[in-house]
Amino acid sequence: MMSPAHYLFLSLALFLIGCIGVVTRRNVIVILMSIELILNAVNINLVLFSRIFGDAAGQVFALFIIADAAAEAAIGLGIIVAFFRNRETVLADEMDLLKW
Amino acid sequence: MLDSILFYFFAGVAVLSAALMVTRRNAMHCAVFLITTLLATAGIFLQLRAEFLFIAQIILYVGGIMVLFIFVIMLVRLDVPIHQMRFRLQKWVAVFVALALGFEITTILLFARKLPGQGLFIQESFPADKLPPNSEALAQSLFSGYLLPFEIASVLLLVAMVGAVVMAKKKERTDES
Repeated sequence: MMSPAHYLFLSLALFLIGCIGVVTRRNVIVILMSIELILNAVNINLVLFSRIFGDAAGQVFALFIIADAAAEAAIGLGIIVAFFRNRETVLADEMDLLKW
Repeated sequence: MLDSILFYFFAGVAVLSAALMVTRRNAMHCAVFLITTLLATAGIFLQLRAEFLFIAQIILYVGGIMVLFIFVIMLVRLDVPIHQMRFRLQKWVAVFVALALGFEITTILLFARKLPGQGLFIQESFPADKLPPNSEALAQSLFSGYLLPFEIASVLLLVAMVGAVVMAKKKERTDES
């Protein structure tokens, strides 16, 4: 097995790429996908420390995160479909209904 | 040796396709590159001896969540030409902030090496031949110590399912009410 730092840096890289995606993209679907990427990067950390300490609790939490990601994707995509039906757009900077 | 080759292969694929995912314009390409990243991460999980999560990642993420994403991408019309970003500075600000954050965390990780005790670079991991069977250990932990969060997660999934159906449903004409 590689040293823990390797996995930590991999996770860090994925996390930062996800952050850049959330901030710069305009398409809301791609923003949601970037959030999935961030959650995935966190999962690598949890599994890594679970492996180091030989304790399955980290993997349990990773499983919960996957369940959360599924719930979040379902809700988020439902909102996107409902919004598209009303406003015919999925661009984040045209979603300004509350901007008054 | 084999370990490091596998690690660098999976890590390279993951980081490269994540970067491509963030930069491609076409949302469908983004989804495909995200799938590649998730599969590479599943390989990392397998290398970390988390076989159950390896399978769960492939079945749930790639088989479930990403199919949902691709369905919505196909439902929603995206052929509107996405014109140039109005606020071009935003990209550079984002890259700068991300680099600053990365520098910060890297400094902390490198500094941790100088602390007494086992640093993160030489930390001995749990001996691989003494690990219990993965699914068994996971199930033991999940159904004994984390039973309540498990039940709460099932309620969360139910709520999400109902919420998604309600939100994506077509508005009915409310004539009779």
